[in-house]
Amino acid sequence: MNGESLVLVGLAGILSSATPLLFAAIGETLAERAGVINLSLNGTILLSAMGSFGVAVKTGSLALGFLAGAVIGAFMALIVAFGSITLRQSQVAVGFVLAMVGRDLSYFLGAPLMGRPGPTVPSWPVPALGDIPVLGPLLFRHDLPTYAGFLLVAGAWFWLYRTRPGLILQGVGERPAAAHARGANVNRLRYLYTIFGGALVGLAGPIYSLSIKAGWMGTISGLDGLGWIALAITIFGGWNPWRAALGAWFFALLQWLGLVLQPHLPGVPMQVLQVAPFPLMILALLLVNAGNAEWVQRALAALSEPRRRAAARLLRSLRAAPPASLGEHFESR
Amino acid sequence: MKEGRPGWEAAVRIGLAAGLAVVFVSGLLALLGVSPARAFMEMASGSVGSAGKLADVLVAWVPLLLVASGLLVTFAAGLWNIGIEGQVMMGAVFTTWMLRLLQDAALPPALVLALAIGAGMLGGALWAVFAGLLKTHGGVNEIFGGLGLNFVASGLALWLIFGPWKRPGVGSMSGTEPFPEALWLPQIGALRLSGWALALGVLGIVLVGALLRGTYFGLKVKAVGRNARAAFLLGIPTTRYMLSGFALCGALAGAAGALQVTAVYHRLIPAISSGYGFLGLLVAMLSGYRALAVPFVAFFFAALNIGSIQLPIVFRLDSSLSGVLQGMLVLCVLVVHGARRRFRREAAP
Amino acid sequence: MNIALENISKRFGEVQANEGISLAVPAGTIHGILGENGAGKSTLMKILSGFIRADSGRTFLDGAPAQIRGPADAIRLGIGMLHQDPLDFPPMTAVDNFLAGRTGAWRLSRPDARRELEERQADFDFRVDPGARVENLTVGERQQLEMVRLLSLGARALILDEPTTGISALQKDRLFAALRKLAADGKSIILISHKLRDVEMLCDEVTVLRRARVAGRAQAPYDLNELVRLMFGRVVTREPRLEVPTGGPLLTLDGLAVEDHRLRLAGLNLEIRAGEVIGLAGLEGSGQELFLRACGGLLRPAAGRLRLAGRDLAGEPYPVFRDAGIAYVPAARLEEGLVAGLTPAEHFAIVEPGGGLVIDWKLTMEQAERRIAEYDIRGAATGPVDSLSGGNQQRALLSLLPPGLCLVLLEHPTRGLDVESASAIWRKLLDRCADGAALVFTSSDLEEILQYSDRVLVFFGGQVAGPVPASAMTVERLGEMMGGQP
Repeated sequence: MNGESLVLVGLAGILSSATPLLFAAIGETLAERAGVINLSLNGTILLSAMGSFGVAVKTGSLALGFLAGAVIGAFMALIVAFGSITLRQSQVAVGFVLAMVGRDLSYFLGAPLMGRPGPTVPSWPVPALGDIPVLGPLLFRHDLPTYAGFLLVAGAWFWLYRTRPGLILQGVGERPAAAHARGANVNRLRYLYTIFGGALVGLAGPIYSLSIKAGWMGTISGLDGLGWIALAITIFGGWNPWRAALGAWFFALLQWLGLVLQPHLPGVPMQVLQVAPFPLMILALLLVNAGNAEWVQRALAALSEPRRRAAARLLRSLRAAPPASLGEHFESR
Repeated sequence: MKEGRPGWEAAVRIGLAAGLAVVFVSGLLALLGVSPARAFMEMASGSVGSAGKLADVLVAWVPLLLVASGLLVTFAAGLWNIGIEGQVMMGAVFTTWMLRLLQDAALPPALVLALAIGAGMLGGALWAVFAGLLKTHGGVNEIFGGLGLNFVASGLALWLIFGPWKRPGVGSMSGTEPFPEALWLPQIGALRLSGWALALGVLGIVLVGALLRGTYFGLKVKAVGRNARAAFLLGIPTTRYMLSGFALCGALAGAAGALQVTAVYHRLIPAISSGYGFLGLLVAMLSGYRALAVPFVAFFFAALNIGSIQLPIVFRLDSSLSGVLQGMLVLCVLVVHGARRRFRREAAP
Repeated sequence: MNIALENISKRFGEVQANEGISLAVPAGTIHGILGENGAGKSTLMKILSGFIRADSGRTFLDGAPAQIRGPADAIRLGIGMLHQDPLDFPPMTAVDNFLAGRTGAWRLSRPDARRELEERQADFDFRVDPGARVENLTVGERQQLEMVRLLSLGARALILDEPTTGISALQKDRLFAALRKLAADGKSIILISHKLRDVEMLCDEVTVLRRARVAGRAQAPYDLNELVRLMFGRVVTREPRLEVPTGGPLLTLDGLAVEDHRLRLAGLNLEIRAGEVIGLAGLEGSGQELFLRACGGLLRPAAGRLRLAGRDLAGEPYPVFRDAGIAYVPAARLEEGLVAGLTPAEHFAIVEPGGGLVIDWKLTMEQAERRIAEYDIRGAATGPVDSLSGGNQQRALLSLLPPGLCLVLLEHPTRGLDVESASAIWRKLLDRCADGAALVFTSSDLEEILQYSDRVLVFFGGQVAGPVPASAMTVERLGEMMGGQP
């Protein structure tokens, strides 16, 4: 294999290995756009990975496995929605507790599944398109979940910015009172998007356990922590599906680089490269948020006028403001 | 100054929530063909059934107590210090570092241990302040900054164990070379429990309780937590108070990590924090953020953790059931609390 | 559309907002709803527009009973409401705001919507840029956009809540012309206002509310004194301004410039003297807030000097301003001023200078009781501060100011308070002046500005006129200057 195709295979691998994070981040983006933080992602992904693997093993059906993943994700999101919208408890508190419960529940119920063989999603190169030079191996020689991920990003973007319901979704998260005045049922929409977003998050589970990291290995599955990453990617993505996708691919790229560079950096233990994406993720969050910080504003004020404007423009383009009502309750009287 | 009205109503609420959680877990056990009553009995006798087991529970109680005390401060300051897990770990790392540095020096062991625990507190505090600075000066939400730093801290610990601090020969998951017995915190008789650790844990919660109840610092931290903007306009340097809250919480978490090294494992292991950071968040929440309730809730959680060790032995079940029960307890309290408020609101004219 | 409300009542917790209110608005008329702040005007109209639900009472539209369970019902029945603070989506564009909430195909067609928006605007001579983000529009433009949007939904009845607060004289003329035109087309218009002049200019009939009930009705032409009597229950005479001799220069602004992302004020020169009261007049968002925040150290000036007793404070952080004896009292009492959940006593402990480590609660309680008596705060020292009434919250806020201040900056010090509370607040403030402090305050109540100020600065779109001695001004002249007439 020559160098060029090696890079191509690497890039294609990055695209497909980012798929679960893509599903989780897009799902979370939709929920947060409606104003609800679903902090349970880490538990949800683990539980749905375990549950969908179990269902797929028991029934032998991949489709039922994926369905189980979506249902588990939707159910966890339903608890977040019920706790925060109907019972008006802190979204962060409910979500965090679920993240813990989901994780432990997956280890507890998944113990009998440890190390069992199970079905995996076959690769399915798109006929004809898969043979196109460069683009073929990059985009069209994956499995179905990866293609679905591409479509999901485009679809979520289209829904959000190009359709009427999407416009109201933006409004519900931005200013629920104004959406209410326009006849929208704010809390019903919040339930809906939280649950739908949760189902997408739930699909990240089977994409791991039935495809990328096939099987269930309990605590050593290497899935613990990915839900937290997906949350960080949502913020990094500035609540925009394309930017969220970029974040997911960027993270997968960093992990891949860690693997690739390892043999070339004998002095650096493997463990450092494995966690390398995390500090970089923090750095990325820092860049996204820096424009909001007061000392940055002060530093900008000290620059000369043209430089200040340029720097301010750069920061503004990176910066992302969360939906204004994120985490807040809404009640019509 | 009065913090809520506990009274019988709260007791009923907590009882109801506990009932719900127990019913859920019993259902799970029944599903797997294990008698819930037997499982709970085993867990009870496995935790408080003998002096040795009770000592083990107290060994787990101390770090939980320290961590939850620290979290009372950050919760009062309106901060979700989810980076607590990493702060415990950095406490352990700094303690190990200090012990390695001084173990061959001609110093009295008591002094070395004191310095090592101090270093651990410093390490935890620094790591917490780092998360705090990311929030106050970088605009990074403490939840996400803290989560990232957790991963970095555990990466750092792994690297040290497999790299610079590895055992003679090859590094392994079993951790660094154990320290000589002279550098262990003195234990009570043949028990694994150290009286010094116990004292430190109790001191932590007493100090935090007094701080939040009766000092200007505590009051100002609470003001910052409830309304940072108003607190700033009233003349409280909010950034400084948030960072102090982080530092205090980190120091207590660091102490927990230090005790894991000096009193429990006597070396640095990859899972040195034992998940006590996250568990401490649940303890603080279930305590209703009240210092008085923390020791009891922490003891109960510690007992669950130790008791659940029986599950794999007796029933071939995973011990993570304790985590499910702990989480479900908090979830049910949230639900019952919310349902009561909602019921009240709808009952009002 | 003929609208009739019958026996509407609504209670929020302890507060009865509407009690047995009935009202009839025939098609083709403009009906005014007049009343003081808190009289229940907005609540009544939010009920008609479905934004909130009445506890009891009935609504009839064109003689038939109507069930309005939410805004969706109201929109379907042809009722549209322009809220006081336009209920729109600031980060979205005007055309997206126009589209949001409309029914139609799933897929958006922005070019069509843009065309329709422009056509509808042309009917009223409105000129909102469809591509502009709403957060960059003026309040008047946002109102125009909302109005056009409601009409495009088929509104046959239009409710406007205080539409003339915060818009320029030109925009007001356009608005009134548009409303007259709509009424002539047979639509019913309801105008909520506490401004007699607006009602007098526009309305065919007026219903006056006082303390949640109908106080009376009147038809054009109006006897203004009678309307005032209905609104307040008596004719208000403000007490005369307490004369405080002003002293030497205290704060000197020298070429000061302040800006935020929308507005820039530049070249400000002013000398504030001890004991003086300066009123900042201007439509909401004209720059007076920026000015006040810069004086308080909450906004860093872009240029210039800000000298307090000879010392340049420009660029120093807020605590330095505070230590120098400058206090800032925000308008949003529970959002920025007080800490909800803490008690007044705890607030006093927080602002206690020095203090040791441990709080002496006995001493703190004694001091709290003393301040509560001195400021006539009605409420317990140990109950949460958010359970106090608005007037008592404002008094609590003032009681927290340290003694011996040299400059007190206030945003809308009496907003939302009744007349009695307002004059009590001012008595306390003027005591400060007598002790040699200067006051600078913003207000949207022009009479308040003229009554209490020595000098007035008038803000219009980033331009500052004055200072003008208040004695040389009238409310009419001030209004003109705020609308941009030189």
